[in-house]
Amino acid sequence: MANAPYDILIIGGGPGGYVSAIRAAQLGFKTAVVEREHLGGICLNWGCIPTKALLRSAEIFHYAQHAEDYGLKIEGKVTFDPSAVIKRSRGVSAQLNGGVGFLLKKNKVDVIWGEANITKVGEVTVSASKKPAVQPQHPAPKGVLGEGVYAAKHIIVATGARPRVLPGIEPDGKLIWTYFEAMNPPSFPKSLVVMGSGAIGIEFASFYRTMGCEVTVVEVLPQIMPVEDAEIAAVARKRFEKAGIKIMTSTKVVKVEKGANDVTCHVEDDKGAKQVLKAERLISAVGVVCNTEGLGLEKLGVKMDRGAVVTDGKGRTNVPGVYAIGDVAGPPMLAHKAEHEGVICVETIKGLHTHAMEKTMIPGCTYCHPQVASVGLTEAKAKEAGHTVKVGRFSFVGNGKAIALGEPEGLVKTIFDAKSGKLLGAHMVGAEVTELIQGYVIAMNLETTEEELIHTVFPHPTLSEMMHESVMDAYGRVIHS
Amino acid sequence: MPINILMPALSPTMEKGNLARWLKKEGDKIKAGDVLAEIETDKATMEVEAVDEGTLAKIVIAAGTSDVPVNQLIAIVAGEGEDVASAAASGGAAPAPKAAASAAPAPSAAPAPASAPVAAPAAIAAAAPAGARVFASPLAKRLAKDGNIDLARISGTGPHGRIVERDVKAALAGGALKPATAASASAAPMASGMADEQIKKLFQPGTYEEIPHDSMRKTIARRLVEAKQTIPHFYLTVDCELDKLMALREDVNKGAPEVGGKPAYKVSVNDFVIKALAMALKKVPDANVTWTEGAMLKHSTIDLGVAVSIPGGLITPVVRNADTKSLSAISNEMKDLAARARNRKLKPDEYQGGTSAVSNLGMFGIKHFSAVINPPHATILAVGAGEQRVVVKNGQPTVANVMSVTLSTDHRAVDGALGAELISAFRHYIENPMAMLV
Repeated sequence: MANAPYDILIIGGGPGGYVSAIRAAQLGFKTAVVEREHLGGICLNWGCIPTKALLRSAEIFHYAQHAEDYGLKIEGKVTFDPSAVIKRSRGVSAQLNGGVGFLLKKNKVDVIWGEANITKVGEVTVSASKKPAVQPQHPAPKGVLGEGVYAAKHIIVATGARPRVLPGIEPDGKLIWTYFEAMNPPSFPKSLVVMGSGAIGIEFASFYRTMGCEVTVVEVLPQIMPVEDAEIAAVARKRFEKAGIKIMTSTKVVKVEKGANDVTCHVEDDKGAKQVLKAERLISAVGVVCNTEGLGLEKLGVKMDRGAVVTDGKGRTNVPGVYAIGDVAGPPMLAHKAEHEGVICVETIKGLHTHAMEKTMIPGCTYCHPQVASVGLTEAKAKEAGHTVKVGRFSFVGNGKAIALGEPEGLVKTIFDAKSGKLLGAHMVGAEVTELIQGYVIAMNLETTEEELIHTVFPHPTLSEMMHESVMDAYGRVIHS
Repeated sequence: MPINILMPALSPTMEKGNLARWLKKEGDKIKAGDVLAEIETDKATMEVEAVDEGTLAKIVIAAGTSDVPVNQLIAIVAGEGEDVASAAASGGAAPAPKAAASAAPAPSAAPAPASAPVAAPAAIAAAAPAGARVFASPLAKRLAKDGNIDLARISGTGPHGRIVERDVKAALAGGALKPATAASASAAPMASGMADEQIKKLFQPGTYEEIPHDSMRKTIARRLVEAKQTIPHFYLTVDCELDKLMALREDVNKGAPEVGGKPAYKVSVNDFVIKALAMALKKVPDANVTWTEGAMLKHSTIDLGVAVSIPGGLITPVVRNADTKSLSAISNEMKDLAARARNRKLKPDEYQGGTSAVSNLGMFGIKHFSAVINPPHATILAVGAGEQRVVVKNGQPTVANVMSVTLSTDHRAVDGALGAELISAFRHYIENPMAMLV
C-alpha cells in the first residue's frame, strides 16, 4: 500500500540531495529525501568538511611551529594529540550533520531512512540498508520515516560516489586506507604512501606531512593535481617538496604487499624503472565511482555512460520522471556542482526558466598547504580549444598583504581569449586562494572582459589585489611586478 | 550641422533593403563620392555614396541588418569642423529629414557624453540608436561589436532577458534575429510620422486650413499603412490590345434591348476588365488565395473588389462570383454599387472580403500606375487608359488600342511566376474577349 504521493522524492541526502530538497520545498513541492547512512553525505561526514577541520589543525600546528617567524615565542615544544584532532573533526561534522536534519525539518521535507529502489517510474521502495555503515556513525535523526513503498511524481537520484578501487590494491581498512580511514585513524602513521595526487590525495599528503609523517605521493600522470594548470601544479609541487613530501610522477603502483603493520609498494615509472616503497600505511586516492547500483536504474532502462547516469544537463534522464544530479550524473564530482545541478533540476521540474550548468565555470579548490584554486580552462586546454590566449601572472611576492602574512610564495594566473577579452580561466596557488577564486567565478558568470576587471577597484591591502594585477599583466600593464 | 545618411531607395518601388556592409568605419574621414556602404535588395546590390565631406560620426544600422526601411537613418556624418562626438550624439533618435533632426531632438535619446572619444563609442549607445537600453553582458557587447551585429536585434536568454555570450554566438552563427530591431521599429514610424506639431512648424501659420479626418480617411490611412508595412508587394505590368474588345463592346451595347426607353445595359471597358480578371482567377486558381500566418486560404469563389472614387475618399465594393456573372449583370451591379458607395450607403458585407481588386484610373488618362493591395486581397490590378499606340506587328509599325495594366502582388501569397500566369491569362481574355463569353 503506497503512502501519500510526493511531488519530488530525492534518493540521497548529500549536498546535492538535501539542497535540492530544500529548493523543492521552497517551490511548494511535497518533498522527501531517502538516506541510508548520514544526512549531508560524504561531503560533510567523510569529505570536504571534516578534512577542512583536520587541515585547520595542521595549519595552526604549522604556524605554532613557526611562531618565531612572527616574533612569537612558545615555551616548550608544540605537540598534538591525534585523537583530539580527530575528535574535533568529527565534532564539526556532527554539528553540520545535525544542521542538515534541522534544515530539512524546518522546510517540511520528509526524511525516509533506508535504502531506495525505484521499483517503477513514480514508485520507490525503501528497505533497511544492506550497506554496513562507516563507523562511528552519527545517529539517525528523530522522526524519520521507515521502510515502505513511496509514490512520487518525480524521482531524483542523488546517490553520489564512493572511492574507486584498483584491483589488487583493495582497501582493507587497516593497512590500505580510503579517505574514510585516513580521516579517522586510530593513530597517525609515521610513514605513508599516497596513491593519486588529486584533491583528496594531496590534502591527506599535506595534512600528514604537516603532522610529521614521511609522505610519498605516487601519481601515474606526469603532473600532480592533473586537472590544474601545469604552471600552478609546478609551483605547488615545489612547495610540497620543500615541505618534505616526496613526489613521484609518471609512476604507478604495480603491486602492494601487506606486512603485519606495514605495506610494501612496488612502483614503476613510465620508463620502466622500478622502486620499492615501504610505509606504514597506503592511502588509495585514485578517484571515485558513481553509486548507481541497487537503485533499479538498469531495469528502468536509464541510460548510462562510463558508469554515470546520462542527463540533459538539467537532471533529466532518458526516462521521464527519473532525474539524476551530482556525482552520479558525472564529473566534475564536486559538492557545489551537485548542489547547483540539483537546484536547476528542481526548478526545471517546476517549469522555471533554467539553463544547463556551464561546466567550465565550476571552481575547484584544494586545501593543501599551499592552497590551490581554479576556475575555467587551463592554459593548455584553452590552446587546445583553439583560443589565442593572453596570459597574466602575478606572484605573491609582489603583494603587500602576502608579505605581511608571511606567505610570499604563490601565483595568480589568468587566461584571456586574445580576441574577445573573455576570461577563459583563472588559476591560483598560495595562501587563502580558495577564498579568492570566487571573485573570478562571478566575473566569468557575468561575462566580464578584461576591461571591467581592470576598471574594478580592489581593496588595499588584500591578497585580492593580485587578482587585479594578474589581469593587468595579461594586458601589459601590471603595476607591482 | 550633422548630416543624416538615410536608407536610399534603389528603385521607385523599393520599401526596404538589407544593409550588406559598411565600407567606412566610425571615425573615418569621407569625401564626396566615397562609397560608404552596400545596400542589397533581393535583386541587386548597390552602393551608397557620400554626398558631402566630413567624418563618419556614427553607424546607426549595423552591417548585416535586413529589411531596413527606405529613409531609415543609417549613419550620421559630422560635417567639416564639427565635433564628431556631438554629431554622433545628435542623430540617434531623430532619423527624420535634416531640418527636423536638429530642430527637435527626441527626448528619449541617450546622448553620448560630448567628451567621449570617438574611438571608444559607448557600446550601449551603438547598440541602441533609438535610446532604448539594451541589457547585455560586457562580453556579449564586445562580441556583437566585433561581429558587427546590432544587439537590439538579438533576443537575450540570460537573467531578466539579458543578452549573454551564447545569444550573440547563436546570432553570429546565423541564428534568428529579430525581424525589426527595437531601434528601427521605433525609428521607422518616427521617420514617416513626425509629431503633428513638428509638421505644422514646417509651414507658415495661416497658409493652410486644418480639415479633421473623418472615419473613412482614418480607415484609408490605417489600412494602407498596414498594407505597405506588412505586405511585400511586387509589380507586374503588361500591355493589352483592346481593338477586339472595343469592337465587341460596341456590338454588345448596340444589341442591348430597351427597357423603359433606355438600354437595358451599357457595358464599360471596366466591366470587361472585371470579368476578365475573374476569368483569369478561375483559370489560375492558385492565385485566388489569401495569406494568413497559419495557412494559405485558397478560395472556391471569385469575389472582386472594384475601387470606387467617392468624395473624400474611396471604397471598394465587392462583386461576388464575378466569374459566373454575365457582362451585363456585372455592369448593372457595378452601377448600383457605385451609386450607393457615393451615398455611403454600402453595407459592410458589400465591401468586405474578396481576393483581388480592380483599380482603374484610365478615365483620367493615367497611362500606368501601381496600386496598394487592399488586405485581405492577394493582388490588385491597376488599369491605365486605353489609348492608340504604335505597336510593331510582323515587323511593321501599326496603330492599335492599347491599355497598360499592373498587377500588385502579395509575395507571401503569390510568387512571381504565378502572378505572371495570372496577368497573362487576364491579357488573353482582354485581347480575346469572346473567350469570356463561352
